[in-house]
Amino acid sequence: MATAARKSGDVVLKLENISLAFGGVKALSDISFDVREYEVRAIIGPNGAGKSSLLNVINGVYHPQQGTIMFRGKQRRDMDTHEAAAQGIARTFQNIALFRGMTVLDNIMTGRNLRMNATFIEQAIWVGRARREELENRRKVEEVIDFLEIQHIRKTPVGRLPYGLQKRVELARALAAEPSLLLLDEPMAGMNVEEKQDMCRFVLDVNEQYGTTIVLIEHDMGVVMDISDRVVVLDYGKKIGDGTPDNIRNNQTVIDAYLGVAH
Amino acid sequence: MLYREAGQFKASYATDQQIFPIRQDRIAVAALTALAFVIVPLVADQYWLSAILIPFLIFALAAVGLNILTGYAGQLSLGTAAFMAVGAFGAWNFVLRVPGMPLLVAFALGGICAALVGIVFGLPSLRIKGFYLAVATLAAQFFVVWALTKFNWFSNYSTSGVITTQRMEILGFAFDTPRAKYFLTLTVVVVLALAAKNMVRSSIGRAWMAIRDMDVAAEVIGIPMLRTKLLAFAISSFYAGVAGALYAYCYLGTVEPEGFNLDLSFKILFMIILGGVGSILGSFLGAGFIVLLPIFLNTVARPLENLLGLSLPPGLMSNLELIVFGGLIIFFLIVEPHGLARLWQITKEKLRLWPFPH
Repeated sequence: MATAARKSGDVVLKLENISLAFGGVKALSDISFDVREYEVRAIIGPNGAGKSSLLNVINGVYHPQQGTIMFRGKQRRDMDTHEAAAQGIARTFQNIALFRGMTVLDNIMTGRNLRMNATFIEQAIWVGRARREELENRRKVEEVIDFLEIQHIRKTPVGRLPYGLQKRVELARALAAEPSLLLLDEPMAGMNVEEKQDMCRFVLDVNEQYGTTIVLIEHDMGVVMDISDRVVVLDYGKKIGDGTPDNIRNNQTVIDAYLGVAH
Repeated sequence: MLYREAGQFKASYATDQQIFPIRQDRIAVAALTALAFVIVPLVADQYWLSAILIPFLIFALAAVGLNILTGYAGQLSLGTAAFMAVGAFGAWNFVLRVPGMPLLVAFALGGICAALVGIVFGLPSLRIKGFYLAVATLAAQFFVVWALTKFNWFSNYSTSGVITTQRMEILGFAFDTPRAKYFLTLTVVVVLALAAKNMVRSSIGRAWMAIRDMDVAAEVIGIPMLRTKLLAFAISSFYAGVAGALYAYCYLGTVEPEGFNLDLSFKILFMIILGGVGSILGSFLGAGFIVLLPIFLNTVARPLENLLGLSLPPGLMSNLELIVFGGLIIFFLIVEPHGLARLWQITKEKLRLWPFPH
């Protein structure tokens, strides 16, 4: 268990009384929780509990009707999706959302687009800043490629890769942005045991080496209990539990709603 | 020489990110450019220059423009001819109304006019996609032709909006022979095609492709939807506008708004479908194919007619052309939706391994 060994810092993200509804469907009602710097925060719950909606609220895809979000001391409720990226929030998706027509390298380079400021005219002539930025960012991207051990596929179009590698490329694309907060939506769904182990290792390495705060949705309880510092449990859009893995494991409401008992 | 990368080791990111990373490609491109600039003007006759090569280059440029919008940014457009018309009439008016206006500046300004019109008609793309967007760009097609015919000011009050281009002169050199016009067209097209290639391999190109492939993910990464899409419309229309100006000045000499009709838009769309959606090379292949096909059919059909002792009715020839066009487009959409450029890429991948494919 890595829990005790790692340091957790101040609260970087604080959600207060978030409610989100789509028409008559209440996806989230009155959710409050916080995320501390450097921690791995897991969100668990049955299907349809509102986990992905919660991530979408955090990075600005959905705008909650009620409640406030504090990120790094700034309060916000509504913002454009692309602004979240500028503030250092990156994410991966439950269903792989890679750019299928592009190579692995181009996908990951796209993750660094925000760091390229050359105008299209400079890029068209390929001089000065445009050229320099391409090379600098390529170097950073290669670091991420090395880190995630995907050197051998960097020139492959992502559509041709197997599922497990696509998931890894998606993580690489998110990491390339050098985010301070990384949202992972079921990074290990559909993987076999070895692939899950690899992915866990990468997630923990990211957390330790880069000091990235991680919010993660996962269904594999073994994984969640092993790698996360604190866990939030959702059910039907409501928060039913919040605490360390040990607390959650012994929380009767959570056991009833989600974990179940061994028979 | 075999098409192989073996032995070409990249020691720096700069060499890996060259515009043509493979040595054979660099040689081929250099050879083609030399051929186009040196050999072709020496051997090609007037007919080849003014009836085949110049229109080929101009259509290729328009196709590059459309490919930026449709192939890279994923926004289907049926208004290419309209943007060409804006470019042609824009450049003509700048030369007419601004004394001492340099020709190339007028072409660029014509392109900028087209870019502005493109931005206006690109605004719906923020809300609508696919076929519905195509219909919105269709509005551009009809509106521009209507406006240019309706408001005589654009054609300096000539009847039915016909304009005849002014004499072309750059730095005292007159471009009045087919050969000179060919040089002018070629230079503009090569420069703009290289610029397009550079754009699609840098961050703006990646932003376009990201929006094409998965727009939600693109936005989450931090790509601003509004700016990126409108920039694609603007640059695409700029290319179409410059192509339109060249179409008027270097190819036809006399144009009217009706000449930039929906047929022309479709023709350019077919070029990128046949040549390759999302490929700069494909724009050239498609343009070459569509310009050369009617000529090829003519040269084949005549001897065939004599050989079989038939006499085809004259109307049949042009219809035959349409039938072959239609057939080919259906064929390509089914068999190879990525066009000639994709076929070329597959050939290259095969050649890399040939003759030992295992």
